[in-house]
Amino acid sequence: MRAMVYRGPYRVRVEEKDIPPIEHPNDAIIRVQMGAICGSDLHLYHGLVPDTRVGTTFGHEFIGVVHEVGSSVQNLKVGDRVMVPFNIFCGSCWFCARGLYGNCHNTNPNATAVGAIYGYSHTTGGYDGGQAAFVRVPVADVGPTLIPEWMSDEDAVMLTDALPTGYFGAQLGDIVQGDVVVVFGAGPVGLYAAKSAWLMGAGRVIVVDHIEDRLEKARTFAHAETLNFTTVKDIAVEMKKTTDFLGADVCIDAVGAEADGGFMQHVTTKLKLQGGSPIALNWAIDSVRKGGTISVVGVYGPVFSAVKFGDAMQKGLTLRMNQTPVKRQWPRLFEHVKSGVLKPSEIITHRIPLEHIAEGYHLFSSKLDGCIKPVVIPSAS
Amino acid sequence: MTYTAAKPPLPETPEQLRARIPGWGVDLDPADRPSSPKLDFRDDLTGAHWEFPDRQPEKYPRERSMEHKFLTPVFGTASPPRGVSGALRTLSYRKFSEADVAHWLILMAADRVDSMGSSFTSVLRGKPDNPITETGILGEFKARPIRDRFGRGRADTKHQWMDPLIVTTPWVLRAGVVYLVAKGLRARRD
Repeated sequence: MRAMVYRGPYRVRVEEKDIPPIEHPNDAIIRVQMGAICGSDLHLYHGLVPDTRVGTTFGHEFIGVVHEVGSSVQNLKVGDRVMVPFNIFCGSCWFCARGLYGNCHNTNPNATAVGAIYGYSHTTGGYDGGQAAFVRVPVADVGPTLIPEWMSDEDAVMLTDALPTGYFGAQLGDIVQGDVVVVFGAGPVGLYAAKSAWLMGAGRVIVVDHIEDRLEKARTFAHAETLNFTTVKDIAVEMKKTTDFLGADVCIDAVGAEADGGFMQHVTTKLKLQGGSPIALNWAIDSVRKGGTISVVGVYGPVFSAVKFGDAMQKGLTLRMNQTPVKRQWPRLFEHVKSGVLKPSEIITHRIPLEHIAEGYHLFSSKLDGCIKPVVIPSAS
Repeated sequence: MTYTAAKPPLPETPEQLRARIPGWGVDLDPADRPSSPKLDFRDDLTGAHWEFPDRQPEKYPRERSMEHKFLTPVFGTASPPRGVSGALRTLSYRKFSEADVAHWLILMAADRVDSMGSSFTSVLRGKPDNPITETGILGEFKARPIRDRFGRGRADTKHQWMDPLIVTTPWVLRAGVVYLVAKGLRARRD
């Protein structure tokens, strides 16, 4: 089969690989119909996630058709059209039994601090991902779900990570009616978080970024006010001014480890002197009001980052964060997509054949050609 | 205003927001959101029909965090450890916990050794790395590289060109230092 493989920082190619075999009785093999490149895949692509091995296939956002099932699989059959959450989870450990599917204890031997994720280095379990013609889906009775007939492929693939993560990010903000919500980052997750904040009754939603194409999308797709941070001298002062010097009620960090806006933070992150550039998180701490809430759904690396923790303490902030338990969000999100309240595929900008995935990574990484969300189509190769 | 008890007024009323934004307020009740409460015991186990999953056969000594009691019943089998990078990874998992920064730094070093070694062996295997196609740089011709990067207030264009160098150069230098030290020790021994 054809599959994307990692070759080293900033280098990927498409190679011939064996179709993955059944390794566990509850495995399924899925023929991928559509995948996507996630902003967090860029951390892998940039060589910033420890234990990212040459030859690994990335991709934790994908949908497809069941090609083969293991001997203990009861809930899927060959030919089913399924969507697969980015979390690989057992459904039965202490964490899964309490709904924390992103923190499963039975599927990632490499680390206890992070759950298992498809195609996201050995730090998250050493599984190949879905930027390929076929992919192994472990614990197939628990993760995958049949795609409703009324749902399009593009909406379904956005529901495997980006939309649930944005929606979950808004939930972590504990938004109440009339809250002023600031979202740092106008990538896919930030756009969905901004849109979701309105569903939870926000009174104002402000999206901060530096890419004009994305800010335009924040205005049209997410109905948000926008701020290009390169046009102001000091984000914190700007946020205080726009909230009559109270500060935002809720700030959402939808950027994570590779935030721009500070040269030294950026360079020290690239040199792996810290786990991630916490610029967006520090701006959130600066911009939120005392007693406010910060939600973090941007991904950071496993070692320490230079976060303004003292300010967070002094301001009495609540910091909430986690990897999204995707499947827990699906019933409600299915309702919102079916009713037309959410139209997830509207943020897709690029549809890339698998054979051209290296160019797709480059465009997405360099933020060229208005690239906000690229999807990958194996069969188009 | 902020210096009194009243909250600063909002520019739009709930009615105006509901009229302007599709779905405004449909998830208004914080207690009626999918991830509330945070810990929500699930009787159905989301389709799991086991108390503990069957154990996946271990076909090679599978590295694991020492913070786990045992090898998890389900695990990935992509890219098993190999060569020098594999020895570094095995060392990292055997000697250091996730709490120790050495664990992560050794794994990062292994990643760079793996990348450099794979570039070398790819030539021997007849599938040499091609920096032109693998970096996707040809995608520039499908975009508007100048217009998209400059004059648009982007913050990342100041460092974008140097990022691949920042990521890779220190590791190449460290590998060079290790080589020179090893060479020196060997000469001394001889």
